[in-house]
Amino acid sequence: MTTEKTLSLRDRQVDQATSRLSLAYLFVAFSAFGIAALAGMLQAMVRGGLITLPGGINYYQILTAHGVLLGLVFTTFFIIGFLFSGMARTTGGSLPVAARSLGWSGWSLMVAGTLMGTVTILQNDASVLYTFYAPMKASPLFYIGMALVVVGSWVAGWGIFAAYRRWRRDHQGSTSPLFAFMAVATMLLWQIATLGVAIEVLFQLIPWSLGWVPEVNVLLSRTLFWYFGHPLVYFWLMPAYISWYINIPKIIGGRIFSDSLARLSFVLLILFSIPVGFHHQLMEPGISAGWKLVHVILTLTVVIPSLMTAFSLFAVFETTGRAKGGRGLFGWFGKLPWKDVRFFAPMVGMLMFIPAGTGGIINASNQLNAVVHNTIWVTGHFHLTVGTSVALTFFGIAYWLIPALTGRRLTSTVNRLGILQTVFWTVGMLLMSGAMHYLGLQGAPRRTDYTTYFDHSTALGWMPYQQLMGIGGLFLFLASVLLIGILIYLGFFAPKGFTEYPIGENGDTAEVTPRILERWPLWIGLSAFLIAVAYGYPIYELIQHAPPGSPPIRTW
Amino acid sequence: MHLHRYEKMWLMFGGGALLLFVIILTVNAYAMGNMPPSHMQMIEPSKVDETPPFDKPGLRQIGENEYELVMTSFVFGYAPANVEIPAGATVHFIVTSKDVVHGFQIPGTNVNTMVLPGHISRVTQTFAEPGEYLILCNEYCGAGHHVMATKLIVADEGKE
Ligand code: HEM
Ligand SMILES: [Cu+2]
Ligand SMILES: [Cu+2]
Repeated sequence: MTTEKTLSLRDRQVDQATSRLSLAYLFVAFSAFGIAALAGMLQAMVRGGLITLPGGINYYQILTAHGVLLGLVFTTFFIIGFLFSGMARTTGGSLPVAARSLGWSGWSLMVAGTLMGTVTILQNDASVLYTFYAPMKASPLFYIGMALVVVGSWVAGWGIFAAYRRWRRDHQGSTSPLFAFMAVATMLLWQIATLGVAIEVLFQLIPWSLGWVPEVNVLLSRTLFWYFGHPLVYFWLMPAYISWYINIPKIIGGRIFSDSLARLSFVLLILFSIPVGFHHQLMEPGISAGWKLVHVILTLTVVIPSLMTAFSLFAVFETTGRAKGGRGLFGWFGKLPWKDVRFFAPMVGMLMFIPAGTGGIINASNQLNAVVHNTIWVTGHFHLTVGTSVALTFFGIAYWLIPALTGRRLTSTVNRLGILQTVFWTVGMLLMSGAMHYLGLQGAPRRTDYTTYFDHSTALGWMPYQQLMGIGGLFLFLASVLLIGILIYLGFFAPKGFTEYPIGENGDTAEVTPRILERWPLWIGLSAFLIAVAYGYPIYELIQHAPPGSPPIRTW
Repeated sequence: MHLHRYEKMWLMFGGGALLLFVIILTVNAYAMGNMPPSHMQMIEPSKVDETPPFDKPGLRQIGENEYELVMTSFVFGYAPANVEIPAGATVHFIVTSKDVVHGFQIPGTNVNTMVLPGHISRVTQTFAEPGEYLILCNEYCGAGHHVMATKLIVADEGKE
């Protein structure tokens, strides 16, 4: 195939200007991923007593780097890069100029913030973990860096909105492409959710860390953080759902189950993922048990959109598998393209979401939370959700997205290596996360350096499982190295050619998508209402009946 | 919007399970009193040592084999340390922090609460089995977080 022909084929999917933007986001995402994966492996080995950190490096320093670089940087950069590319792909192959410049401004702000944060962490001036709980005080530059990342992501989100608005203006009366709708929903959730942490950082932590105000309201800062912290996990999950709803049907040769139900589930995710943050604060004094229960009940309602998603996905799998000749109750399962990494990696992610989601229900339960709160069970839980379901889906996307954007081919060797990478990652996570779940039930705490608590028998009993964690960490690190190697090859060295950007078609064409689903002011209003109900009075109380605040302390 | 018949059944099953679950949680919380620690008491964090009951931390008997244990937590320890109680004792822990946020957890029991500066945490547990229980901090609090622990010794010779 000639170069020009490749170029035009590629441009028909996503034009070069958008490809560059999207690749810039992916580049930062996977650079952060690589550093953080090394930190993760070290953490797992240290906790197991298999190694000690050289050069007096503080365990909590690398743990801060791991949490910030993976939980905040890798995910946010990947998501925005992916959404920009899909937005262009489904709205005519390009982004309006305004959207692209917003995209680049957002990228610059986020990169600046990430660098500031990383430098303060490297200087050991911000070993406060990615939740930066007051009154432990990091360098003001750390908080400013985090604020820049958030503001940058807002600007990028406005870029997504601008592209959506242009499409609707040019296609009045028609339903927007499903990808565009879902991208808008995801970035809208993000804008609403980050308000909490933005208020915390801008109005509480930055002035306090600069010494402009002497004290901080600790419980209020934690509440604002967790107002953001739970929808954060849905912000990670929704792009994975986008890929499951839209890319996967095309990859397996099927069709989207129902356009309207997919949209409805995203609307429900916006409504029910925000007014629920107290389930992270169940063990905290100073919030009444009644309000905690309100949040617990709202938390559990996400079962409904989750079950809708599970139904849609498996309906696509079954109908596609049967169309390919799968017989009997489960024959269709074997007919799915297991040897295609674009399907295999996210599918393993989906399957792992079943135990992951079950663990989440346990965490959110009012009473059971006392057994698992702040134990390493929780860390095991979110390495299944974000670390496996979301991460494997993102890897699966990167395997076709990067060559599609660079005009290269996903070769069969890379496909095989990708499958190997997925297997390594899965084995590593099963070992590490399995050990974490078990240890957590025994009471082993999370976020804790190697310790035997002065040779206490209880803690000594944990050690074999901590070692298992370490071995899982090794597998994961191997998988990470393999991943980075593959992505560098796909980005710079793979043979030139065409790789498909898979977008599924709606299977139920007779169905008309209800207009109300695109009435955004309605959903924003409802979301604001639910937030006011769930948070209005408790936050009023937190401010009115606050104990004296806390001065800043550096304890590391 | 059209819902497939199987999807309706699936969602009814899910919705029903959700409802049942919420009812169980609510009954457990309100009828059986299994609430997460949510006491709304407060204290001035810089004056913990002068404020009762933390001016005299320690164990106080308040009933037959029933005790109040007033403890402070700080970087990186708890006071008093290594408290001894008889087997079968019911202990009401009353804890606050003198500096940053800490945790208070006893592996093998349901004792698990956050300890925030400015707030007083209360949690109750009956210790039927004798042994040396580990009390540990499960919220990152600084460079010595992993050595922040003490013991609760449940003695064998106490009354059953
Ligand atoms: C190479 C693969 C990975 C390894 C070996 C690894 C290992 C670990 C370990 C051992 C901890 C717990 C440390 C502790 O609590 O003491 C941890 C925490 C964490 N990990 Fe990972 N992890 C990996 C990948 C990921 C991924 C892909 C994500 C998310 C995208 C992630 C997000 C986090 C977060 C947010 C924490 C919590 C940090 C905190 O508690 O402050 N990890 N990881
Ligand atoms: Cu949550
Ligand atoms: Cu601690």
